[in-house]
Amino acid sequence: MAQHEVTFPVTDPAEILKLRAGDEVVVQGHIIGIRDRTQIRIFDQGIEPPMDLSGAFLLHTAPGVRKLGPGRYEKVCIGTTTSARMVRFTEGLGERYGVRAICGKGGFPDEAIEPMQRLGMVYFAIVGGAAALETTQIEEIEEVAWEELMPECLWKFRVKDFGPLTVGIDAHGNSLYRDVQERARKKLEDIYARL
Amino acid sequence: MSAVVTDLSQAVEDAAAHLYVWALKDIPQDLRDALAAARDRETSTTGKRVLETITRNVEIADDERNLVCQDTGIAVYYCRVGEGFPLHPARIYDALRAGTERATVEHPLRSNTVHTLTRENTGQNVGFRVPIVHWDFVPDWDGLDVKCVPKGSGSENMSFLKMCVPADGVRGIKQFVLESIVGAGGKPCPPGIVGVGIGGSADYAMHLAKEAIARPVGTRNPDPEVAQLEDELYELLNETGVGPMGLGGDVTVLSCHIEHADTHMTLNPVAVNYQCWAARRASAHISSSGDIEYERDA
Repeated sequence: MAQHEVTFPVTDPAEILKLRAGDEVVVQGHIIGIRDRTQIRIFDQGIEPPMDLSGAFLLHTAPGVRKLGPGRYEKVCIGTTTSARMVRFTEGLGERYGVRAICGKGGFPDEAIEPMQRLGMVYFAIVGGAAALETTQIEEIEEVAWEELMPECLWKFRVKDFGPLTVGIDAHGNSLYRDVQERARKKLEDIYARL
Repeated sequence: MSAVVTDLSQAVEDAAAHLYVWALKDIPQDLRDALAAARDRETSTTGKRVLETITRNVEIADDERNLVCQDTGIAVYYCRVGEGFPLHPARIYDALRAGTERATVEHPLRSNTVHTLTRENTGQNVGFRVPIVHWDFVPDWDGLDVKCVPKGSGSENMSFLKMCVPADGVRGIKQFVLESIVGAGGKPCPPGIVGVGIGGSADYAMHLAKEAIARPVGTRNPDPEVAQLEDELYELLNETGVGPMGLGGDVTVLSCHIEHADTHMTLNPVAVNYQCWAARRASAHISSSGDIEYERDA
């Protein structure tokens, strides 16, 4: 399992294609915070996001922040939420907006594997709950849009050494989550036979 | 209100405000020990990476005095009220609510509480019937014990109930717990505490499952038959290989806790309530004169 450093947003698709399920990744550059209500607004209410998402790294988050002034916030505690709730937006994010990476915790169900392969996207697994660490890796909140959805706004963070992340689903049709589930289901059959 | 009662109200409010923030920042020692042991015995590369990151995160939360996890949860309190405690539970509730609100504003903490239909935020982690408070009443005693368990949504979303039938037996209980935890995968932030409630009624089984996750890690049910089931399920759950954060590995759960109640001859309810690795809880004892004693291990 290889180790990589990737800077977002990416322009070269090879940066995504080199990543394989199980690899360890550290991220630099800019990442965008997004959550349930943000994506419901984009896809179900058809409102265009006021931020460029091409080549972007999206983080499933609703940060804890302190307001400094109009449109200005400082971090208090920023962590990551469960991704599975938001899996149905994957294809649209890749196809319409050119998103290249989605990062969250707990994984995406198998329906994400095909669009991620077709569109050259990856899913990064972060350690859920490790928000104290994550907060130290976010250098600054540079931009926020849709403040009325607080805390489920669209956030732009500048990060340094963000990770370690694990490639959970790669752009080649591999998913650690599918593998783990398949093995666990088989194991359950053994266990049930013993009960 | 008499002066004594006002002071007691204030003491309960102060305790709630302190407990909520303390629970979010400083996880109990039994949990720290269980996470360290998990890190040491995990053999998969990804699982080890996850558990090392968790350890690092807990240390950073200590050093920076930050929250362990950003999900400040829904505030749940367990109260044990002595019959001689001079403040009525109606006033205790008001004080717990005021303390929750104050902690949220002062820290500040992220506010998670929304109206369940409109999804509009209802304010400072309080709302209609929130915080949630469970009551126990103790005869021949004049104290109050308060335990704060801020429960995150990632793990609370992984709650499951099955009304097994008597013919499903204990085997049915075991299968449902195993099925639930494998199905939950990485979503509830494993490795955590699996709380199981058996018996009673549908609602009471889930209540018991929740009570089970609020116990210190690794404590055993006093009924030896139930304790044996806890041990067996713990072993079986770790055989599934779900692993830390569902990425595969040896450690899927830190502990399995079961609470039980007698039930109807026709019922066999099983409830599962998951608690994430950041199993936050903090307790205080308040005397009838308003002295507060904080306790980390309860």
